[in-house]
Amino acid sequence: MAKIEIKDLCKDFTVDGLKTVHAVKHASLTVNDGEVVVIIGPSGSGKSTLLRSVNKLEEPTSGSIRIDDVEVTNPKADLRKIREEVGMVFQSFNLFPHLTVLDNITLAPRKVLKMDKAAAEKLAMELLERVGLADKAKNHPTQLSGGQQQRVAIARALAMKPKAMLFDEPTSALDPEMISEVLDVMLDLAKEGMTMLLVTHEMGFAKAAADKIIFMDAGEIIETGTPDEIFTNPKSERTKSFLDHIL
Amino acid sequence: MNEDEKRIENALKAEVVRKKVVSVDSAALNDKGPATITMTDGPLIPKKGEKHVLSSWRITFVGAILLLAALLVFKPEPYLQIFKVCIQGAPVTFQVTICAIIGAVIIGTFTGLGSVSRHRWINMISGIYVELIRGIPLLVQLIFIYYAVGRFFHIEGMVAAVIALSICFGAYMGEIIRAGIQAVPRGQTEAATALGLSRTQVFIHVVLPQTVKVVLPAIGNEFISMLKDSTLVSQLALADILRKGREYISRTFLSLETMLIVALIYLILTLVLSRLVGMLEERLHKNG
Repeated sequence: MAKIEIKDLCKDFTVDGLKTVHAVKHASLTVNDGEVVVIIGPSGSGKSTLLRSVNKLEEPTSGSIRIDDVEVTNPKADLRKIREEVGMVFQSFNLFPHLTVLDNITLAPRKVLKMDKAAAEKLAMELLERVGLADKAKNHPTQLSGGQQQRVAIARALAMKPKAMLFDEPTSALDPEMISEVLDVMLDLAKEGMTMLLVTHEMGFAKAAADKIIFMDAGEIIETGTPDEIFTNPKSERTKSFLDHIL
Repeated sequence: MNEDEKRIENALKAEVVRKKVVSVDSAALNDKGPATITMTDGPLIPKKGEKHVLSSWRITFVGAILLLAALLVFKPEPYLQIFKVCIQGAPVTFQVTICAIIGAVIIGTFTGLGSVSRHRWINMISGIYVELIRGIPLLVQLIFIYYAVGRFFHIEGMVAAVIALSICFGAYMGEIIRAGIQAVPRGQTEAATALGLSRTQVFIHVVLPQTVKVVLPAIGNEFISMLKDSTLVSQLALADILRKGREYISRTFLSLETMLIVALIYLILTLVLSRLVGMLEERLHKNG
């Protein structure tokens, strides 16, 4: 299990070589071992950029990120090792379309963890069972619904036995009737004590599963609190008006 | 067909436009639906939906076959003789085409990889190669490389011709493969990277298989172009179909008759191949 510490993180983008956009401004947060932390906020507020910095899919401009005692932001850090230990689920699933569901899940354990084929497939089948898709093992991702694809994507990330999981708007690309099947899987994970950092617009999930909610706007962390504090008694006006809009 | 595939297809079509239409620059690649896409040799490959009997492909194909058969049956003198002579060149034509397309794919793969490389100078080398090849007429390159290779390495005509054609087509192939690599959505690379795969593993297990799938039809198209452009090797004293025909003309002065047969042979070969490529493409789409 893992603890994620982000300190004073900044990320600037340069647009057209001229304008600099400050996507994330001096953000600091901590996800303790076994905690579920949900980042909410309007689109373009830097939530995803912050999340994607944790496994270095984005290169932060300054600041530091630590996962347990490993400094992710250290240029000498072993990124492969870090990524092995931190699972990630994307908004657009990103399953590999040329591989079957089973092969999607076994690819990383076999190539990265050097697991043998039989062991990897056994593990994959257990995970598929867990997300309720054991019967789809031989299908190709395109033959699955969005909700099913996202559940496979979660199983794929879990196959690496990660210490922590990152979710980048995992239900935003789904039809409404498929959202709950994905959230159920995520809730189970949260109950099992997985350390999770998520960006989501699912306030129901945030209320039910989050230990801590972080509200971001315009690249800044405006407010941090328990679901109770944020939803019933937000301190900041911006948080309040955002929640009024969304709830 | 999902959106990614459509995007990939558009990118590739735009690539073909880039190649065929000199005036279309990289803007065509940004696939904002430029009207120029219709200017490709798209009609060469029959469309998936075209199931009715009177497709242009069928009319042309049946017409060519009937005309050839009629000439051979009803006017065996001189057409049968001409046909027999010309078809002797077919093995050379096929040998050159197949060897050169393999060569071009190999060179093209390195060029394509080079142009997406992060290393500046590798990038530069493949860029210069592509610009150089695209800027010189094929026939000029072919003769130049043929003589250059012949003078410095002393190898026989066939090998020199294959090397020359491979180098010429390798540049175009490189552009196709580059487009194919870039057409793989970024999310694929990100997902694989996030799972802990190394850059090489990401490329081999995730990017390459998807690239192969999208570039195969384009490579098929290049194969057809190569078959046609292989006639240029008749300039290099290689006895391909065209060369056989021209030799026959110089003996008999039956220029129009001979060229008619040569044209029909190429037409039929090209039509058959384009149908095969079309079927391959359809298959790839079905397997989604």
